[in-house]
Amino acid sequence: MAETTSSISRRKLITGAAVAAGGVLLTNLPGADAQQVTKVPAPPPASPVAPDDPTKVPGAPTTAVGERSPFVHPQRAPVGEITGTSLTPLQDLTGTITPSDLHFTRIHAGIPTIDPTKHKLLIHGLVDRPVEFSVDDLKRFPAVTRVHFVECSGNGRAAYRTPKPEMTPQQVDGMTSNSEWTGVPLATLFREAGVQTAAKWFLAEGGDASLLDRSIPVSKGHDDALVVWGQNGEPLRPEQGFPIRLLLPGYEGNANVKWLRRIKLGAEPFMTRWETSKYTDPLPGDKIRMFSFEMDAKSIITSPAYPERLTGPGWWPIRGLAWSGRGRITRVDVSTDGGKTWLAAELLTALTNKAHVRFEHMWQWNGNESLIMSRATDDQGYVQPTMAQLKAVRGPGTDYHFNSIRAWRVARDGVVTFEANT
Amino acid sequence: MRRALVIAMTLAVAACRAEARDDYLGDKEPQRFGIGHTPTPAEVAALDIDVSPNGAGLPAGSGTPEQGATIYAAKCASCHGKNGEGMAPAYPQLVGGPKGVFNFASDYKIPRTIGNYWPYSTTLFDYIRRAMPLTAPGSLTADQTYALSAYLLNREGLLPAGATLDARSLPAIQMPARSHFVPDDRRGSTGGPKVR
Repeated sequence: MAETTSSISRRKLITGAAVAAGGVLLTNLPGADAQQVTKVPAPPPASPVAPDDPTKVPGAPTTAVGERSPFVHPQRAPVGEITGTSLTPLQDLTGTITPSDLHFTRIHAGIPTIDPTKHKLLIHGLVDRPVEFSVDDLKRFPAVTRVHFVECSGNGRAAYRTPKPEMTPQQVDGMTSNSEWTGVPLATLFREAGVQTAAKWFLAEGGDASLLDRSIPVSKGHDDALVVWGQNGEPLRPEQGFPIRLLLPGYEGNANVKWLRRIKLGAEPFMTRWETSKYTDPLPGDKIRMFSFEMDAKSIITSPAYPERLTGPGWWPIRGLAWSGRGRITRVDVSTDGGKTWLAAELLTALTNKAHVRFEHMWQWNGNESLIMSRATDDQGYVQPTMAQLKAVRGPGTDYHFNSIRAWRVARDGVVTFEANT
Repeated sequence: MRRALVIAMTLAVAACRAEARDDYLGDKEPQRFGIGHTPTPAEVAALDIDVSPNGAGLPAGSGTPEQGATIYAAKCASCHGKNGEGMAPAYPQLVGGPKGVFNFASDYKIPRTIGNYWPYSTTLFDYIRRAMPLTAPGSLTADQTYALSAYLLNREGLLPAGATLDARSLPAIQMPARSHFVPDDRRGSTGGPKVR
């Protein structure tokens, strides 16, 4: 009897997991036509029913893998098929760690299915000893565990070019996520291979169907670059690079090559498509900036934000996230009068290097229309600029690095809408 | 005073020690751990597919714009359009952007194509070889890849009709946008807080 019960629950569990994974599982199946998979997020299940008094009936059994409360439905917003994105629901997060299944994704040729026992990382080029590591080899090196954000440098593009009042934090800035990563410092692997002094750049190449490749300064490899296999207490998710990815703290997301399979040391950058045709920044006049790796300091209020509505005047917490690709956040200021006056917000979490920080400011709303905004400062003395400042130096047609101050308009009826022009 | 300084320094050193890793049991971390496998030249060659601006990495083979036109129609046009006009937002426009004007920052709608935006001709070969066509990456031969590169460069007025593109002629092509690219200067020469 016990066995029957157990096998039924297991089957139920597997079915449940498949349904929960939805289109992602389907696209991973070899032979599945990824182009036919709908990318519309599954609607939340019908309203769950809770007993009138949960203390008077036994609850559900334990399960092999936990699930979110049936009352909670955070969802990424997937767009595109073989090439595409999915955005982190920033408004649904607490603290600083992004749950791994909600980490944003950007894919250029689908999410590969990789057998970790067959995956290798090759390091060659201007090295004394070309060397190839299995994933198990990499795990034998002294490891480090660090918290860092990864942000796509295109994050905020829609808010910069085509802002709309009806934009959620997810739609404004959902291409930043923050995780605890575990891996080996690239510097350790560089020593293993004997990187030559003539090597100034390295090519990092992924094992997806686009063989995505980026040139990175060798100095970053000697500094804080990691080859990671762990994320938030478990192996990387496939869409985050399973079994291994490059993690370049503070650098634009695209350079953090997923499914890393090869590193080649060279004297010059390799000038791949991803650092020439894309991920370059047209500037006013006729210049185009390239190799703009670091993500400048940025913050966004995630509550109150569209589509929230304040139910009336009184005390409300203004909460959000701040981060800098150049170091530590040192302060976040909040304004509730459209930037005329600023007050230092409380920083609720450790001021971790190149990581999300959670801030909060308690606001006594008097019921008048208000424009609330946040402004991050990092330990380099860099202050998050207004949209006007950023547009003046970058031009309306620039393509990446959109870190201007974001604002939310709170109307007298409590309705909150997005305001990009600061 | 001096004694206090010595004590302070000793404490500081002790603090550093306490933070250091303690799981080597007194052994110093070696320069090398000797973990990993030495690949054979053939194993390296099988993966070593990148192409540099000076032409390093380009394979033997060749192609012409005319040969490329046929391949383009069969393998590329379904996404990038019959005339390389692209299909927004996933499939970029390849050719036909405005020439001789580089004020892309003034309007994001100005098409950025191979002829007016790509700084290096070799990137074309590298990218097509590694990633295209989207549904069958790695399926093109070296000759086909040269031919497609030749076709696109010809469409942008950067290679004459009938010309043969190969490992020598491809890197010699000067791309119009090349001189417009500048390295990251956001921190300026002295770093600091300036918004650039």
